[in-house]
Amino acid sequence: MARVVVDVMLKPEILDPQGQAVQRALPRLGFSGITDVRQGKRFELEVEGPVDAAALARIREMAETFLANTVIEDFDVRVQS
Amino acid sequence: MTARIGVVTFPGSLDDRDARRAVQLAGAEPVALWHRDKDLRQVDAVVLPGGFSYGDYLRAGAIARFSPVMETVIAGARDGLPVLGICNGFQVLCESHLLPGALTRNDHLHFVCRDQRLRIENATTAWTSSYRPDQEIVIPLKNGEGGYVADERTLDMLEAEGRVVARYLELNPNGSRRDIAGVTNEAGNVVGLMPHPEHAVESLTGPGLDGLGFFTSVLKRLVNA
Repeated sequence: MARVVVDVMLKPEILDPQGQAVQRALPRLGFSGITDVRQGKRFELEVEGPVDAAALARIREMAETFLANTVIEDFDVRVQS
Repeated sequence: MTARIGVVTFPGSLDDRDARRAVQLAGAEPVALWHRDKDLRQVDAVVLPGGFSYGDYLRAGAIARFSPVMETVIAGARDGLPVLGICNGFQVLCESHLLPGALTRNDHLHFVCRDQRLRIENATTAWTSSYRPDQEIVIPLKNGEGGYVADERTLDMLEAEGRVVARYLELNPNGSRRDIAGVTNEAGNVVGLMPHPEHAVESLTGPGLDGLGFFTSVLKRLVNA
């Protein structure tokens, strides 16, 4: 079984109030030096059979139509070794 | 013949009953539609109500958009079927790409619940023709992910084509770009609105009757058709 990871992040131009709230909390908790936080989603897909070009193309299609809303989010697909 | 207006119930819908009641008070026949049923039961228009369909899992409206009923609603909307998406329904319409843009977490991160003043900026859509252009109304607003976002080009296009249906007045409750509370598609049959007109149709339970116009608008259009 191979694992494919899909990361979904808000596009840079979209405001991320959750990330901002995390960033603002950091100094209070004693973690200094973090100038920005962006929060996203990570999907781990367990894939049946070989992860070949065709399988990856299907997963990209899945990410584009369902896992991410490409109006506001970017995604990245990679095979985890 | 009385117009039949369908109201879809998804798992997690909250305001489907209120929407059906608003339809009835407007003088139409409310028809309950079920998310797993592709059959729209010959309705003349469809309301996608507020709530948390499928628990808002993944993204608000993202899973509802792929439910069997939406296949028929999306096809119908492209053929001119009047569709109103309220709150979660608006999110479903954006996820379906029937409306441009998306709805994101309120910029202040808090759930907001208030009586909200709006200006109706397009009084020619299937759902707003009972209002005067620039009429101000007050209806309840309640959302956690109501911030309307789209890229600058899309926002400019919406403004230029008069497709901003309603705008927030007095304060922007959720960080929506350009104070946008509702938008319509090019044809004017599909409208998405973040605040809740179905909660302002009776003086006993709402801030007034300002919401009724959305439901009488579509009725007027169906009767005249």
